[in-house]
Amino acid sequence: MTSHTTHTDPVILEMRSITKEFPGVKALSEVSLRVKAGEIHAICGENGAGKSTLMKVLSGVYPYGSYDGDIVYQNEVQQFKDIRASEAAGIVIIHQELALIPELSIMENIFLGNEPTKRGVINWAEARLRSTELLARVGLREDPDTAIKEIGVGKQQLVEIAKSLNKSVKILILDEPTAALNESDSQHLLDLMLGLKGKGITSIIISHKLNEIEQIADSITIIRDGKAIETLDVKADGVDEDRIIKGMVGRALESRFPDHTPKIGDVFFEVKNWNVAHPQIQDRLVCKNSNFFVRRGEIVGFAGLMGAGRTELARSVFGRSYGHFVSGKVYVDGREVTLKSVHQAIDAGLGYVTEDRKSLGLNLLDDIKTTTVSANLEKISKRSVVDTNKEFEVAEQYRKSLRTKAPSVEEGVAKLSGGNQQKVVLAKWMFTDPELLILDEPTRGIDVGAKYEIYGIIQQLANQGKGVIVISSELPELLGLSDRIYTIFEGAITGVLDKEEASQESLMKLMTSARKAA
Amino acid sequence: MNALKKLFGGDTRQFGMIFALVALIVLFQWLTGGITLTPGNVINLFNGNSYILILAIGMVLVIIAGHIDLSVGSVAAFVGMVVAIAMREWHIPWFLAILLGLGLGALIGAWQGMWTAYVGIPAFIVTLAGMLIFRGAQQFVGQSNSIPVPREFQYIGAGYLPEIGPATGYNNLTLLLGLAGVAFVIYSEVRRRRTAKALGAEVSETWVSVLRLVLICAAILYATYLFATGRPGTSFPIPGLILAVMVLIYGFVSSKTVVGRHVYAVGGNRHAAELSGVKSKKINFLVMMNMSIIAGLAGMIFVARSTSAGPSDGTGWELDAIAAVFIGGAAVTGGVGTVIGSIIGGLVMAVLNNGLQLLSVGADWQSMIKGLVLLVAVAIDVYNKSQGRASIIGLMMKNFNRPSGAPGTPLQPDEVTSTKETISREA
Repeated sequence: MTSHTTHTDPVILEMRSITKEFPGVKALSEVSLRVKAGEIHAICGENGAGKSTLMKVLSGVYPYGSYDGDIVYQNEVQQFKDIRASEAAGIVIIHQELALIPELSIMENIFLGNEPTKRGVINWAEARLRSTELLARVGLREDPDTAIKEIGVGKQQLVEIAKSLNKSVKILILDEPTAALNESDSQHLLDLMLGLKGKGITSIIISHKLNEIEQIADSITIIRDGKAIETLDVKADGVDEDRIIKGMVGRALESRFPDHTPKIGDVFFEVKNWNVAHPQIQDRLVCKNSNFFVRRGEIVGFAGLMGAGRTELARSVFGRSYGHFVSGKVYVDGREVTLKSVHQAIDAGLGYVTEDRKSLGLNLLDDIKTTTVSANLEKISKRSVVDTNKEFEVAEQYRKSLRTKAPSVEEGVAKLSGGNQQKVVLAKWMFTDPELLILDEPTRGIDVGAKYEIYGIIQQLANQGKGVIVISSELPELLGLSDRIYTIFEGAITGVLDKEEASQESLMKLMTSARKAA
Repeated sequence: MNALKKLFGGDTRQFGMIFALVALIVLFQWLTGGITLTPGNVINLFNGNSYILILAIGMVLVIIAGHIDLSVGSVAAFVGMVVAIAMREWHIPWFLAILLGLGLGALIGAWQGMWTAYVGIPAFIVTLAGMLIFRGAQQFVGQSNSIPVPREFQYIGAGYLPEIGPATGYNNLTLLLGLAGVAFVIYSEVRRRRTAKALGAEVSETWVSVLRLVLICAAILYATYLFATGRPGTSFPIPGLILAVMVLIYGFVSSKTVVGRHVYAVGGNRHAAELSGVKSKKINFLVMMNMSIIAGLAGMIFVARSTSAGPSDGTGWELDAIAAVFIGGAAVTGGVGTVIGSIIGGLVMAVLNNGLQLLSVGADWQSMIKGLVLLVAVAIDVYNKSQGRASIIGLMMKNFNRPSGAPGTPLQPDEVTSTKETISREA
């Protein structure tokens, strides 16, 4: 490990040789971490490397005694027995899945479990006063009485931070804070972190978005396979994304996209004048007069800001599984088809991999083999009786060809890492043998190495003459992968760019402006 | 412990229930001075509980799909009453009456399924309404009277396998049935091992299979002996036969057919199932309809056994069936549960009932004890789950080698999931 002595900032937190074992698995092996007071310290590593485990040890989720090693915080060895203990000491962790109660107001959430009371009665006047103050500090202009469910994810994140500020936080830990945020919300959050740093609050951030880390972090500790590989000083070492990736995967990644020469055929899938209304609000269109087509062997990108209507468009085409169908036509191989249900869509050769793997894509109670065949049970059934031998064979075959890391196909999908779960979902859809596969944020929450593999799978599908639609919030991903990119803004398709003419700037322009004269 | 676990498969919960069942039987056998395992008592136990066990089969599917059915007692009573009236007043032959009962059950099920699946009202509400509606309907059509049923009809609830063939001193058909059961168990185990080997999947050690077969076969043969040596005129009861057939059919349907898979899929994650092309409304409809058909069957068996349909038939059955299913390992949130587990759960309750009655424990104490057993059984399950992966099972396994099927890179717990779970528990 490299240590830097150029700075003389006092160390606020030191984790010394932390080892954490689960039955049969060593999740962390002698990991050490030094965080200086007032810095933003990033922790990078692939999924399953042990980042979150380390943070859980720090925050007391894994109590003192369940791990080896010492946590030295403010020059004292700490023995946190639960989250409450670490929070009392000023270490607050904000998880990717926010711990807010949707029905309660911003103010009630901020003071939840920490209500200002006077003889046992909550002093709401004081709570309101303080929450207004806290909201101003995080730059959130909302009435404290607004219900959490009425504000977006980006603002909810800010409420979480306000909540932690209320607990007089000294070290703020953010686990993938921007994973669900759009660009402008992400930027606001990052600015806020820099602002908090200016006020002396130390932050630890876990993120897969390396460009953000490069932008705000002072030091980076890289964890790989449960071991701390190195700690980089961003300014002194001149760290860039490639350098971080090299540390994370243990080798330099030549290219982030596999080589691929597209073999593009004829148009086989076309959607014309597609109009869909919001599921609850009938007179609000979420897809406005959209037209698009896909050619054989082509990877088509859908770019748009979060909420622009990308997912809505894809899901409404996929058997009307979203919203109220208003009008529009779908053509497969030049013939008009009506896809009124998901079942019909699958029969017509469509597949849809959802952006929300855990709540829409997987039954977390299932194992790999059951999941793999779940969208095409008919294929392995005779007279409606499932052939469990074939099921095993099919699942095993996909496990090998997609290199899913699991001890066997009987492993529960809930136990897999994000990348491997996504491979199982891909296997499920590949087994339906779709002509057109729609992938909604296929690499969300997936680490660099697995991303590369998933890009490879997507390109393979295209090489087999299938059409692939990729919806993504990450423009570099779309630019690297797609042969053609449609841009969507407020439910309408605002343009289409070929691979050659597309750039982050040109896409962003189309993604944020209404269609010019059609 | 590890060996025991191997013996009964990976499902510790199921293993726990089998163990509890055996322990209960042994306990009562000892406390009652050997009365529990006499032919008369075992036959009695089956006759007196078969309709609850049959209800549990339908109920487990409803619960796997993520619903509940509170109306089964009322539906059973209503169907039983209508069938009794049909035979007495309209002089319908008994076999047509059975068909009528099943048809009526299907109709009621379609009604409840429609509200649940297509209108989208929670099954709890729909069947709570059904419970009131059909209880009232039963009293309305029966005028709160007892309606006797003809002797031929009583056979399905109180009949026994007939005496056929040479006089062996045992009931021959019961013996045959027992032997068929043994043959089936051995055959399926051999087949299971062979295909697993052919596919290269994990195969348990030979001694595990053999010992398991020996234990199961011994249990079947002992039961056969008990049923075949009852007092003259009794043997394996007909309701038990109906139950056995239904366990086979529904066990198969739930685990090996497309519809069965879809029931688990809808209960496990309805949205994911829908986006995989599963017609979840249809599944919900079928599950609710099936439950009412089974409730109708249970109602008829009960009426046949008690020789008449009365106004208070079926009271509280829904709760017994639901308790059996939850003791048998199903999850309130859906997606988890097995037919055989529910039968075991039902038998635990039945043996408890029976044993306490033999010991002349009052109904007050019986009710309290049963309630506590349900609570403890589910509490153990919840505790197991809340311990997460590094749980009791993990601790028990700690001193042993890791499961042999896990070569290569060890898997680490999914970071995000476990964090979320931990947090939600903390909150």
